[in-house]
Amino acid sequence: MSIATHDTAGAHSHDDHAHGGHPEIGFVRKYIFSTDHKVIGIQFLITTLLMLMVGGALALAVRWQLAFPWQWMPIAGDLEVFKDQGGIISPEFYTMLFTMHATVMIFLVIIPVLAGAFGNFLIPLQIGADDMAFPTLNMLSYWFMWPAIVLFGISFVIGGVTAGPAAGWTSYPVLSAIASAAPGSGAAQTFWLLAVTCVGVSSMMGSVNYMTTIINMRAPGMTLFRMPMTIWGMFITAILQSFALPVLTAAGFMVLFDRTMGTCFFVPAGLVVNNADPTIGGGQPLLWQHLFWFYSHPAVYIMLLPAMGMVSDILCAFARKPLFGYKPMVYSLAAIAGLGFIVWGHHMFTSGMNPALGMTFMVSTMMIALPSAVKTFNWIGTLWGGNLIFTTPMLNSVAFISMFIVGGLSGIFMAAVPVDLYIHDSYFIVAHFHYVLFGATLFGVFGAIHFWFPKMFGRMMNDNVGKLHFVLTFIGFNGTFFTMHLLGVAGMPRRLADPFNYPYLEHLLPLNQFMTYSAMLMGFAQFLLLGNFFYSMFWGPKCGRNPWNANGLEWDAPSPPPHGNFDSIPVVYRGPYEYSSPLTDKDYLPQTEYIPPRPQPGTT
Amino acid sequence: MRKFWCLFFMFWPMLAIAVCVVAPTNGWWFPSVAPWELGQQIDDLFNLLLIITTVVFIGTQVALGYVLWKGTTVKTGGAWFSHGSHNLEVIWTILPAIILLFISLYQMDVLARIRVMSQFPEQARDAPVAEVSARQFEWRIRYPAPGKKLMPQPQPTDLYTVNDLHVPVGKPVMIRLRSEDVQHSFGLPELRLMQDAVPGLVIPVWFQSNTTGKYDIVCKELCGWGHYKMQGELTVELQEEYDAYLQALQAKMNDDGFSAEANNAVAQSNED
Ligand code: HEM
Ligand SMILES: [Cu+2]
Ligand SMILES: [Cu+2]
Repeated sequence: MSIATHDTAGAHSHDDHAHGGHPEIGFVRKYIFSTDHKVIGIQFLITTLLMLMVGGALALAVRWQLAFPWQWMPIAGDLEVFKDQGGIISPEFYTMLFTMHATVMIFLVIIPVLAGAFGNFLIPLQIGADDMAFPTLNMLSYWFMWPAIVLFGISFVIGGVTAGPAAGWTSYPVLSAIASAAPGSGAAQTFWLLAVTCVGVSSMMGSVNYMTTIINMRAPGMTLFRMPMTIWGMFITAILQSFALPVLTAAGFMVLFDRTMGTCFFVPAGLVVNNADPTIGGGQPLLWQHLFWFYSHPAVYIMLLPAMGMVSDILCAFARKPLFGYKPMVYSLAAIAGLGFIVWGHHMFTSGMNPALGMTFMVSTMMIALPSAVKTFNWIGTLWGGNLIFTTPMLNSVAFISMFIVGGLSGIFMAAVPVDLYIHDSYFIVAHFHYVLFGATLFGVFGAIHFWFPKMFGRMMNDNVGKLHFVLTFIGFNGTFFTMHLLGVAGMPRRLADPFNYPYLEHLLPLNQFMTYSAMLMGFAQFLLLGNFFYSMFWGPKCGRNPWNANGLEWDAPSPPPHGNFDSIPVVYRGPYEYSSPLTDKDYLPQTEYIPPRPQPGTT
Repeated sequence: MRKFWCLFFMFWPMLAIAVCVVAPTNGWWFPSVAPWELGQQIDDLFNLLLIITTVVFIGTQVALGYVLWKGTTVKTGGAWFSHGSHNLEVIWTILPAIILLFISLYQMDVLARIRVMSQFPEQARDAPVAEVSARQFEWRIRYPAPGKKLMPQPQPTDLYTVNDLHVPVGKPVMIRLRSEDVQHSFGLPELRLMQDAVPGLVIPVWFQSNTTGKYDIVCKELCGWGHYKMQGELTVELQEEYDAYLQALQAKMNDDGFSAEANNAVAQSNED
């Protein structure tokens, strides 16, 4: 039992052991090419926060065009590169804008912030390990992001403002497979594909590491069903990644070969694209859609499950209550992951694939709403009768539930194929995935940032600024995205540089302007987050090990945890959600706290 | 403070519903009544889903508001120490499962009638009225000559237009949809219909309009920089007008811009 006691002497000896003969690590090894999972996690976090601002700026430019088509663009309009076109957004540039917005947000923000930043930071801490199973691989997974960022950057600027990656984040061939189909996109689209490959490699390195770590490195007593939901979310995400990603990577190389070497995986014969040779061919464009969505549907859950897990942790901590239905929560995560592999065809209802296949995809898609519903009910159940504390992380997590409900329900409309024949590729879809990806995931991430910041830096973020950021973002978000459902019902297609070209859409201009103003509000609000984050990193009030009185193992380590994390290997006695347990007088009961069994009345 | 945040979270669903209620009168809703039965059935299905999801939306948001408002139920002030309820889990798994299964089976029929070739109305299936070929950034339309059938391969007598599709009113019509270059999508929002035009495939699409008039043809799949202006027009007209249109088109096609004028001149001089 000696390891369970937290005497400082034990901590000391552990420390000595960990650093053996190398007491000093240089600055570069410590903060840049670090193999410490915490540093890597924070590197990911800061990188993705900056990328969030980049993606947001691209989104605002898209919104500008939709509200004020062909009008001089503020700020950027004065730049030299826009001189030739009078400072406006050209249709070519508009296509690049939404392509890069989605690319940055998906591949450089949401996926790396969940798995890269929080996965790295939290997995060893929450399971009681001193680091990841493969620390060097972990470091590489971060540094493989940078070639991707650079390549995406090159692809965006290489052709000036009139040519670039122009096939959307979905990159459907033939548009993406024949360079001349989108004039000028030549090298840009190629770089784009290479960058996607790099993020894929980065994610793959991460997933392998997470799976191994979670399976092998849990502290004594940390059984699978004592793991926090965050770990479950990360674990299942890692499994999804490792099964789905190779398909995307392979498909990406196939398009690359189609573009650069004249293979025809996706190019049928007889096309009359600008000057391309019409006699080649034999490929099938639908194949790409199958391969792409076989990855990208699971990917939407890769972009969600970790956030679901983190929100579950946060809700329990601030409701001071155990998670409602822990096992159903785990099983529904697993069900989402399983079903996630057999619903990809719901992105292809209008693609001309066999309608019988469409029907089976329709049923499986409907069924995937079920575990989502079960999770929602359980979150509400978790709050039920809780001793609620409304901190910034809590507010963001409640918003997660509220927004996820909308995203889940709008999914049902699109899963109904006949209805999808109308709303596919309209703003209804755009509303749907922003409610799940921004409304749910990103609010979850905001909550997680405020919640685990004290552990990362040993200092607190300012709660009032956090609340202001939350309120403004929430208002701006709903103003921007709820109205998009209405645009979709009114038949406004997505990805049009000027929808008002069509007479039946002209009257939607004022609504679009309202959305753009809301989006600007939301954009400005993010400076509050950045300011709060970087200010608190250096000047926030210091905090102890467990500022929230939470149960998880991570709160047992010092803040910030040193190299090697724990004073001594923690021993786990119970699940992570025993808040307000009658076994103690406190309203929380850490996983590591040993309570001697009470003498049973009547025995002895 | 708890009640303030509860009101904050309850305010937005109410606003959302209010916005949806006033949406149709502001034109933020379906463009117009679909001019054919299947289009209307799609709208009905949408409305059915809207009712179901609105009930769930209100139910869950109210439940959320309730638990936020109520806070702890324990007299001593702590939280209710509960790990969940097996019965509730069973109920809220089975109930949504039934509803979701119902929805997916309920709509199969409409889907089959729109998409499954063997379910198409016979007159449409046997005699496609036109071949629509999408290309960057226009719709090329090929009709058979009056009295002829549309052949898979272009015929010398075929008639061609661009971005201007005419069909007769009140009867099912079928087109053959193709793409000549990249992927496009043939969208008829006012008819609630869309079908991707996939390079290398010929996809039959059938529809019908019971009212005459002009409808927008919208490209709904990103096809390049000019995607936004890939706009066509569907004209639905009486059978006589349609026949006359094809005749006129044929006359125009056979006219080389020269011989008709010459013939006229000859006829004129003969009269003199
Ligand atoms: C409740 C369960 C859900 C259902 C039934 C559902 C259904 C659908 C369907 C049918 C589509 C295709 C619509 C179309 O293109 O016509 C779609 C698109 C999409 N969904 Fe979901 N969805 C659900 C949950 C989610 C979640 C949780 C996420 C992300 C975290 C998500 C992200 C997306 C994205 C990103 C797209 C659009 C992809 C694109 O076209 O660019 N969905 N969803
Ligand atoms: Cu999907
Ligand atoms: Cu097009």
